[in-house]
Amino acid sequence: MKEFLIGKINMDSLPHEWFTFGGSLAFIGLGLFLVIVITRLKRWNWLWKEWITTVDPKKIGIMYFLVSGFMLVRGGIETLMIWLQQAVSVDGSHGYLTADHFQQIFTAHGNIMVFFVAMGFIFGLINYIVPLQIGARDLASPFLNTLGFWLFVAGAIMVSMFFLFGGQYAATGWLAVAPLSGKLFSPGVGVDYWIWSLQISGIGTTLGAINFVMTILKMRAPGMTLGRMPMFTWGAFCSMIMAIAVFPLLTATLFLMFFDRYLGAHFFTTVGGGDPMMYTNLIWMWGHPEVYILMLPCFGIFSEVVATFSRKPLASYKSNVLGMIGVSTFALSVWLHHFFTMGAGADVNAFFGVMTMIIAVPTSALILNWIATMYKGRINFSTPMLWFLGYIAVFSVGGMSGVMLAAPPADFQLHNSLFLVAHFHSMVIGGVLFGVFCGISYWFPKFTGLKLNERLGRYAFWCWIIGFCMSFIPMYVLGLMGATRRLDHYDSSTGWQPLFIIMLVGGIVVAAGLALQIIQIIATFIQKNHLRDTTGDPWNARSLEWATASPPPFYNFTTIPEVSSIDAFWEMKHEGIAETKYQDIHIPKNTAAGFYIACFAFLVGFAFVWEIIWLAVVSLIGIIVVFIVRGFNEESEYTLTAKEVQDLEEARTKTHLARTKLANDDDTEDMGLIDFIKIVIAFVKDIIVNKRWRKW
Amino acid sequence: MYNAYSISNSKGTFMTKRKSRSNQGRFVPVFLIFLAGLILLIRELVHNKNISLLNPKGVIANEQLRLMSVSLGIMLILAVPALTILYFTAWKYRETNEKATYSPGQKHGKLFSVSLWLVPLTFVAILANLMWPSTHKLDPRKQISSNQKPITIQVVAMRWKWLFIYPEQHIVTVNYIQVPIDTPIKFELTADETPMSSFWIPNLGGQLYAMTGHVNQLNLMGTTIGDYIGKSAEINGAGFAGMKFTARVSSQTDFNNWIKEVQSSSNNFDSKDYTELLVPSEYNKAMTYSTNESDIYSKVTDKYTKSHEHGE
Repeated sequence: MKEFLIGKINMDSLPHEWFTFGGSLAFIGLGLFLVIVITRLKRWNWLWKEWITTVDPKKIGIMYFLVSGFMLVRGGIETLMIWLQQAVSVDGSHGYLTADHFQQIFTAHGNIMVFFVAMGFIFGLINYIVPLQIGARDLASPFLNTLGFWLFVAGAIMVSMFFLFGGQYAATGWLAVAPLSGKLFSPGVGVDYWIWSLQISGIGTTLGAINFVMTILKMRAPGMTLGRMPMFTWGAFCSMIMAIAVFPLLTATLFLMFFDRYLGAHFFTTVGGGDPMMYTNLIWMWGHPEVYILMLPCFGIFSEVVATFSRKPLASYKSNVLGMIGVSTFALSVWLHHFFTMGAGADVNAFFGVMTMIIAVPTSALILNWIATMYKGRINFSTPMLWFLGYIAVFSVGGMSGVMLAAPPADFQLHNSLFLVAHFHSMVIGGVLFGVFCGISYWFPKFTGLKLNERLGRYAFWCWIIGFCMSFIPMYVLGLMGATRRLDHYDSSTGWQPLFIIMLVGGIVVAAGLALQIIQIIATFIQKNHLRDTTGDPWNARSLEWATASPPPFYNFTTIPEVSSIDAFWEMKHEGIAETKYQDIHIPKNTAAGFYIACFAFLVGFAFVWEIIWLAVVSLIGIIVVFIVRGFNEESEYTLTAKEVQDLEEARTKTHLARTKLANDDDTEDMGLIDFIKIVIAFVKDIIVNKRWRKW
Repeated sequence: MYNAYSISNSKGTFMTKRKSRSNQGRFVPVFLIFLAGLILLIRELVHNKNISLLNPKGVIANEQLRLMSVSLGIMLILAVPALTILYFTAWKYRETNEKATYSPGQKHGKLFSVSLWLVPLTFVAILANLMWPSTHKLDPRKQISSNQKPITIQVVAMRWKWLFIYPEQHIVTVNYIQVPIDTPIKFELTADETPMSSFWIPNLGGQLYAMTGHVNQLNLMGTTIGDYIGKSAEINGAGFAGMKFTARVSSQTDFNNWIKEVQSSSNNFDSKDYTELLVPSEYNKAMTYSTNESDIYSKVTDKYTKSHEHGE
């Protein structure tokens, strides 16, 4: 009976090791704090109406940023835990973690950083910016979009469940390669958490991708042909098409793995006719394109930033688009380079090696095109441009090490070594994360109406660059020394320890950079009058997202712009902006269906992890019921009349004028770190001296 | 809500106007530090004998290093000028440089677009041309040509130790191999009741996976006498970090003596020993056995291929 009711759950599965227990306490503490704050401020209704049930892609974008930012901090803490272990676990000492804990931590680190940080940030940017860039009022299917987001959140919670609730996480590496992830070698619930967190968020990604491809194809403003789309939209478009192509593959592979583990099937086992090599193939057929799904929107961001900050159009629009299409096409046919060492023949290996090298062609063409764009420009070195210049350095090193790895005989020596790890961190941190930071600092005025604090932004940038070099140059060297990845212990005779210690110090510098970015955002809001962007076009930009207010109204544009060239907004600024005509606007209604379905999906995953069959069945029925109810909902839109729009616009203009006046009166300068610390001290002192805490 | 901070700073208590400092000259120390770091790094790479990939002791590792260096060299021919031009362009056309020309309407011709693609394509063509034959030449299953008779070593990855069988010499070892210098070694890799593992001796040459139900062939040859570390490069469970072995390359005479010594030892390997080894264990010591059994390895591989036919 007990087994029927609660499956495999028992007291032993609750968090009890120090790191799970500590994580659990921290999360629950934070949750409680938020609950108290929201209750005290009586904001529950607001939270539900304005955020949880929203279908506005701009708000969903912001929520993606919040979740991903939070997960970035979590993944960063795991990095430091990994490197601390590696810095101390030499000879007689086995460090402060057991091998099993260590393996769980780096597995979680990989999953979090790829799925819940990089993916989340990219989706956040696409959500916020793409509809604005194509001059659309909303998405092709706003409901699919909320559903995608809440499934992403459900996945993010699932990946944290092992210390929120109990059990353990997968100790298999981020792709849980078979047969290690099979029931025989990983009997615990770790791999099940892994399966369900990826499964739930992966389905969310597929839905989101379908929605964005539809949106980009069908919702563009009049006159915006495919050949006039801004670069970020092109990058997002290529990326989302790839996601539609490969994410179903992940879903299918995870289901096969699920059948193996629950039903005793033999797809990927070593006995009974299964073949683990098939798993390796399938997971990398998805896994390699996944990297480019993250990278392509970043190529788009950099293309926009280079053109905007050089005050010049892109040198060759066609080459840039072709470059991105080229990357996304070739990226689908290189997956085997992740396992040259599995023993395929020389012909097969050489073919995939050549395909991999070919990807360097469109990528190099993009970089050369950016150089030509800067040539004879007027380059402004604000933080977005700094991130671009940092990206080029890191990405080039990563790219060159990548081409080295693409030659199979060299890969036999470098595969699974820290050289490989350093390579892909150069790509993912240098390419994706710097791209995201570049995009966020570029579009922050669009999100909030405030320009980010430049001074702290520069500090953060240099911390990231210096910390990155300190961490990953030693890592390349360690790879050449024959250090394999994922080592929880090694001998001092290898001479690796000093390098691991330098890596740890570099990691702390990066953490300081991350802290500075958080401070930067807080400091920006403290100085909101000074940093207010009164023009709506702070960078003298080129694309349509700047043609509306910052932050944009929920209907994006009062009048849908007409496009007649590349760089539509640039042209509007020179030809004159069309007069505002107020018209009726159809707005999608908020819906809680996405949230409910994600809750049920989470329960399905949870139930399968702990083998509580009744809960899984009930939740699956719940999902179906919500879908059906939603399907019968015919009034999914409402109309905002021209009069209402006019009132809203006039009210907005009034606030804007008031704010502009405040901004003009403010003659301060971007605050530095010391100013910030002084303000924090004054704030805390004020609470204590004036006993403001009593109010709480 | 709180307005403590807006009171304290709206009139600029903390943030009084500062004189804007010039950025000129601030980057000189940064550049110097960078240069010093680069020199230190190159020095380390050249002199540190612990960097096994740069100090190959085997013919395959040597070829692989050559390939890596050549391909890196070719890429640097493109990357160094490209990056130099990029940073120089960025610096030259900076906003504050009044002397630089600004021509936003600049048109780029067809030739420009074509060269965008042709330049990297040329480099990739050269690299691919280099890589294709070397992939065939360095195919791990290809026997190394030598006037010495090759030695076969059968390898079984187990949790978490390496079992080595010398079928011609009738000896069995755990976590230790000894091979004669300048003699081709043919490793036959498989695994038993163990997740995918990767057999790697960085000083001698690249790795290959050891998997249940499959036999992968890896050919290596040591050219310098010494003890080298071998390991599993692929994670395969909790004891992964301790799954190491020593590969000793010795003179032919030393090798022959060692073989004789092991052959005459009373420590005889039989199926009971094998069953004991199948029990997962971490950080295993090196062991040597003599053996009369000739089918240890075929039993391991049959175990999985036969199960294909009968199911579990």
